[in-house]
Amino acid sequence: MSKTTSTLALAASIATAVAGLSTTAHAQESEKCYGISLAGENGCAAGPGTTCAGTSSVDYQGNAWTLVPAGSCEETTIEAMDGGEDRMGSLEALTRDVPA
Amino acid sequence: MFDAVTNPLPHRPGVGYKAQHFNAIMDDAGPVGWLEVHAENYMGLGGRPLAQLRHLSEKFPMSVHGVGLSIGGEGRLDADHLARLKTLCDWLQPASFSEHLAWSTHDSAFLNDLLPLPYTAATVTRVADHIDEVQTTLGRQMLLENPSSYLAFAESDMTETDFLAQIAARTGCGLLLDVNNVFVSAVNLGYSPQGYIDAYPLDHVGEIHLGGHDEDEDETGAPLLIDSHGREVVDPVWSLLDYTLAHSGPKPLLIEWDTDVPEWAVLLEEVKRADAALNSIAAVFA
Amino acid sequence: MITTQSAFRAAVLDPTSPPPTGLRNPDGAQATKRFDVYRNNVAVSLTDALEAAFPVVAKLVGTDFFRAMAGVYLRAHPPKSPVLMFYGDDMPDFLAGFAPAQSVPYLPDIAHLELALRHSYHAADATPIAPDALARIAPDTLPNVTFTFAPSVHLIASRYPLQSIWLANTTGGKIGEVAQPCLVTRPEFDPTVDALTPQQAAVCRALIDAEPLGQALRHGGSGFDLGPLLGLLLSRNALISLKT
Repeated sequence: MSKTTSTLALAASIATAVAGLSTTAHAQESEKCYGISLAGENGCAAGPGTTCAGTSSVDYQGNAWTLVPAGSCEETTIEAMDGGEDRMGSLEALTRDVPA
Repeated sequence: MFDAVTNPLPHRPGVGYKAQHFNAIMDDAGPVGWLEVHAENYMGLGGRPLAQLRHLSEKFPMSVHGVGLSIGGEGRLDADHLARLKTLCDWLQPASFSEHLAWSTHDSAFLNDLLPLPYTAATVTRVADHIDEVQTTLGRQMLLENPSSYLAFAESDMTETDFLAQIAARTGCGLLLDVNNVFVSAVNLGYSPQGYIDAYPLDHVGEIHLGGHDEDEDETGAPLLIDSHGREVVDPVWSLLDYTLAHSGPKPLLIEWDTDVPEWAVLLEEVKRADAALNSIAAVFA
Repeated sequence: MITTQSAFRAAVLDPTSPPPTGLRNPDGAQATKRFDVYRNNVAVSLTDALEAAFPVVAKLVGTDFFRAMAGVYLRAHPPKSPVLMFYGDDMPDFLAGFAPAQSVPYLPDIAHLELALRHSYHAADATPIAPDALARIAPDTLPNVTFTFAPSVHLIASRYPLQSIWLANTTGGKIGEVAQPCLVTRPEFDPTVDALTPQQAAVCRALIDAEPLGQALRHGGSGFDLGPLLGLLLSRNALISLKT
């Protein structure tokens, strides 16, 4: 592919991407976001919090190793596939925005 | 550093803010006059938590309550954490900042509980030094909260109330009196909760906390109360509140409910009861 | 008799050790069950924090397994900071090396995704570029364009159908049959998970690493169509500045 051709292809795909946006962009209103329950679709939303409460449920042994995974993982066997590994282990990305 | 308690929170009921109550509080907060948040839950860099906090602070006086500074720690204060607290307080400009008489970090491990310390001349000095550092760094007076105790230290040679009075005198900090913690500690360690209030330096109180506790017993069958913040405040603690307010006069009064957090309507009932307690004492002191 | 915080900390995290000396019941006897209150507070509160942080990992392995595993994790990796919203950064590596979890080989990737969601949720706010900012650039300088991504953007590598595993355990749906690296973005306040093809992921990673557009495209192989990836990045408010 010549430089000119690839530049043209690039410009065309950008045009397509931007044109596709005009129908979807600005669909979000900022105020509505205050109303979404934190217990909703984002399990991550509240994150683990800190409190000054103690607890009365008793569970501190932490060494019950007769256990095997027994959740939804039993429903399907999932094999590894090629192609997704590359150089993308993203631990660096995860830590880049952690406050000091 | 500070001559008197200068806590500008209103002498009204407040509530420990939980994100699931955001809409209810913004719509109709009832008698809630101010809100308290746990500092550590607002130490991200952006997103919804800080956006919500900004909106709330436009409507309510705010109190920032730290739960992780480890003021009672043997080691130095965590400078990074103190800097995060300063960032939050500088941004939010809360009416009040408070922390606990406890430790939670040792050898770089944060244990996420308010762990106890003995009451001795050495620990007075350590805690006072840490509070001086906090107040100097934040440029504001802080309030120090009395803990819930489950056991005693053989090495302690002064009472908790003497300890707190010495800290307040040495540092000029204010005190946050958790009346439920007084009740829990008194039952657990076998002393009179009213006697504790009688000995407590009430002049330094800038805020009062109330919360629920659970009941258990130790291996000898002696009662062991746990400061779980997971249910209604019990009647004997309301009575101890009345006893306290009769001596202290009206104070900013917070309802804490941190685990098994209920619907707003349930929390609001607790707030109304706190409001009634404040109103009846305000009439006496008027 | 001095009870040091070192001794207290060690005993709090080790339920098999005796409580530290110098701790008393009200009758003067050595405290035992009363010390267990602190052991319990530490273990349960950190286990709860991990369960809230990794709900899909917990669902995949079941609550009993997760909470017992959390007991091992919290002792090996107690929080280094009082800011618990980011507790669990070591979870993907821990899971990869945790023998009883080896039957669920995609678990570390799910943990990675859930960590990314939390980091994204709490990331700094940023203003996205205008949707037509790229269209205003002269075509012959387009290959030189580099982007700055919003701090809420994360790219998670995976050889598993990661997005569909996550979806099936949150909102529902079927497990896919192709590798799905995941792009985490935060269009406004709620993090979003999109599946990428391995080729899109390779190009996206290069762009995140600030490679110029023309060079980044080579990671997609011949015939790579930038349009869908770029449209996704723009619609998710993932790009906050560009340079030519």
